[in-house]
Amino acid sequence: MASSARSVRPPLWRDVRVLRVAGQVAFVLVVFFVLREMYLNATFQLGQRGRDLSYDFLDSRAGFGVKEHFIDYSPNNSFWRVFWVAVTNALAVTGVGIVLATVLGTFLGIARLSPNWLLRKIGQGYVETIRNIPALVQIIFWYTAVILAIPRLENSISIFGFAYISNRGAAVPTLRGGADFGPWGLFVVAAVVAAFFVRRWRTKIFDDTGRPHYRFLWSTGTFLVVAALGYVVLGDAFTIELPEIGLRNLVGGIQVSPEFAGVLVGLVVYTAAFIGEIVRGSILAVSKGQKEAAEALGLRPSQQLRYVVLPQAMRIALPSITNQYLNFWKNTSLGFFIAYPEIVNITRTMTNQAGHELEIFSLLIVIYLGVSLAISLFMNILNRGVTLRGATR
Amino acid sequence: MRKGFTTKIVVILAVFALVAVGCDRGDDGDEVAQGNGDAAQAGGDLLQEVIDRGTLRCGVNETVPGFGFDPGDGNIDGFDIDFCRAFAAAIVGDPEAIELTPIDADNRFIALQNGDYDVLVRNTTQTASREGTEGVFFAHVNFYDGQAMMVREGEFSSIDEMGGANICVTSGTTTELNLADYFQQRDLDFTPVTFAENPQLQRAFIRERCDGWTSDRSQLAGIRSAWPDNQGGPESLAILEEVMSKEPLAPGVLDTEIDFGDAINAVVNGLILAEELGVTSRNVEDLAADPGGNGPIASLLGAPVPDPEGGEAVPVDFGLGLELDFMVGAISAVGNYGEIFARHLGPNTALGLERGINALWTDGGIQYAYPLR
Repeated sequence: MASSARSVRPPLWRDVRVLRVAGQVAFVLVVFFVLREMYLNATFQLGQRGRDLSYDFLDSRAGFGVKEHFIDYSPNNSFWRVFWVAVTNALAVTGVGIVLATVLGTFLGIARLSPNWLLRKIGQGYVETIRNIPALVQIIFWYTAVILAIPRLENSISIFGFAYISNRGAAVPTLRGGADFGPWGLFVVAAVVAAFFVRRWRTKIFDDTGRPHYRFLWSTGTFLVVAALGYVVLGDAFTIELPEIGLRNLVGGIQVSPEFAGVLVGLVVYTAAFIGEIVRGSILAVSKGQKEAAEALGLRPSQQLRYVVLPQAMRIALPSITNQYLNFWKNTSLGFFIAYPEIVNITRTMTNQAGHELEIFSLLIVIYLGVSLAISLFMNILNRGVTLRGATR
Repeated sequence: MRKGFTTKIVVILAVFALVAVGCDRGDDGDEVAQGNGDAAQAGGDLLQEVIDRGTLRCGVNETVPGFGFDPGDGNIDGFDIDFCRAFAAAIVGDPEAIELTPIDADNRFIALQNGDYDVLVRNTTQTASREGTEGVFFAHVNFYDGQAMMVREGEFSSIDEMGGANICVTSGTTTELNLADYFQQRDLDFTPVTFAENPQLQRAFIRERCDGWTSDRSQLAGIRSAWPDNQGGPESLAILEEVMSKEPLAPGVLDTEIDFGDAINAVVNGLILAEELGVTSRNVEDLAADPGGNGPIASLLGAPVPDPEGGEAVPVDFGLGLELDFMVGAISAVGNYGEIFARHLGPNTALGLERGINALWTDGGIQYAYPLR
């Protein structure tokens, strides 16, 4: 029996290798048939109502206006175009919001671990309140109770006459490129390079002689001097455009609409609470010995945090923070309730004007999924980049 | 191990079997559809379904005073609701056998297509694309409206002065499209602030987030009439005179439900016709019993119609699938068109609307019913 065991194959229906493959094939077939069934059902039901499944409507004229858009748009553009207006609007608030939420959340997490009693309690209060109120309620609160309550256009809050805040939007000065804007750009690049080298030079002096380097001041100064030089030499590099109170709106400068601000502030405050807790947990997860070793080396608490603990903590926090970024992206859909023209808002209008709910829904799913996957992918690359070599996964 | 293995095989086979059966249904379904096509349009039994069910489900508005409004106690009432009652009285015989489903503008057509309710009476504008793409069949127009602009009193006297303004509008309505077209034709800039529903829009308008609020004139009249006194009351608002677009409001059903649609249409026409003929909620019972030789009235109320040749008088069956006296119940419950209008929208109500173009064609308006015979 022992000698012939290896040459005797079990019957197919008991052979583990065959069964494994058969199982996989069966699963794939099941998935395929379920999807096919869903598709057939959809086309059948639509056909019964005299309608069809088609994406051709995307080329038709949209016919409705959108109040803020980061890419050019007019009501004469197609539905496809307006869909991308919605996507860029959502991406814009997500891009800015993720950065702000991370910064705020990190401060929050550190605050909750501070030896200062007041800071700790404020942090705790913030997290406990914000975490437990639905995001939608918070967004509506910020928009209705805070932003809309800002003084009206004629009574805009003015910041030294340079910037204005009203309940129709906020505006700050911006640069309007002149004829020499391109060449001035080269000057700016040169300024950055010069600053970089100055920084290296000052660091070298510090290493060699121990004299304080003040490298930040030196490099920033160099940058400003070269850039200013460029401005003076070229003559028409740019003009500063100051915002003004117009008849119905603020005019000029870079503007932020109240709806954008409402979604941004609401979601940043909300997501920062969660990120704060993640950061706090990650800092606590760094082994105590690290902090003690840093202390033994003579580093101040702020230096311990900055050079030893926080870098290790952020590595631990990355996967959880990725989750929060994805939540932020999906939560932009709540902007619908405060008239922010994001994806849900605009696809609702598209559905009402063009019909084809199923097709529009499929676009909705694909775009939310696609951007979520992109964010995850990017964060995973980051994660792999900071993973300790040889660490167990 | 053997037991677990057998279970797995059984499960996989069972799933296969279910899926295979499902596949067949998908293909058979096409044949079934064609089979039904001989008798009527695919899926055309809603009328019978409603009669059997004994209740009529209506999709309505609950935020527009005068048309469909919930004053806070859960009893939605208004012009459109009375029409829903009239339909119920005509089709199932009881004007109170109704289920009202408040629905917002974005979802109303999806909900209709899903069968969440039978008929949509929700100040809905009849348009070609709604008939085509959305698959809605509109009955006779029950209110000829127009799009208008509401502003704070004294700020503007005409839309032409509103270049560059912020205009609040609800999403998913014909209002949005008309606003864009109207301003584009006059070469005026504007910024649309698009909200999901009226309550949020109202808050933003109160805080002066926008300069104008555009919607159907009837809606604006209703909202203005209910404007809170601590915000200045109705006198602090003005509805500008310009008519931005035509908004013919009509009840809607699925266009695959032809019989049901015809029945609804007949009721709307019947109510207008009743006013033309002088039939009111007070005299309808008497006239039904004795039309006094008036042929059109007899036809309308399902009473025996005198034969001009002198033969026997017989009631007329229009072949709509309804009882002969379907209009009697409807008229006695809510009255004729004029009574419904006066009750909810007329000069004695908070809205205070004149009949205007909604008057009968014999009174200078354009309400004109087809003859019921």
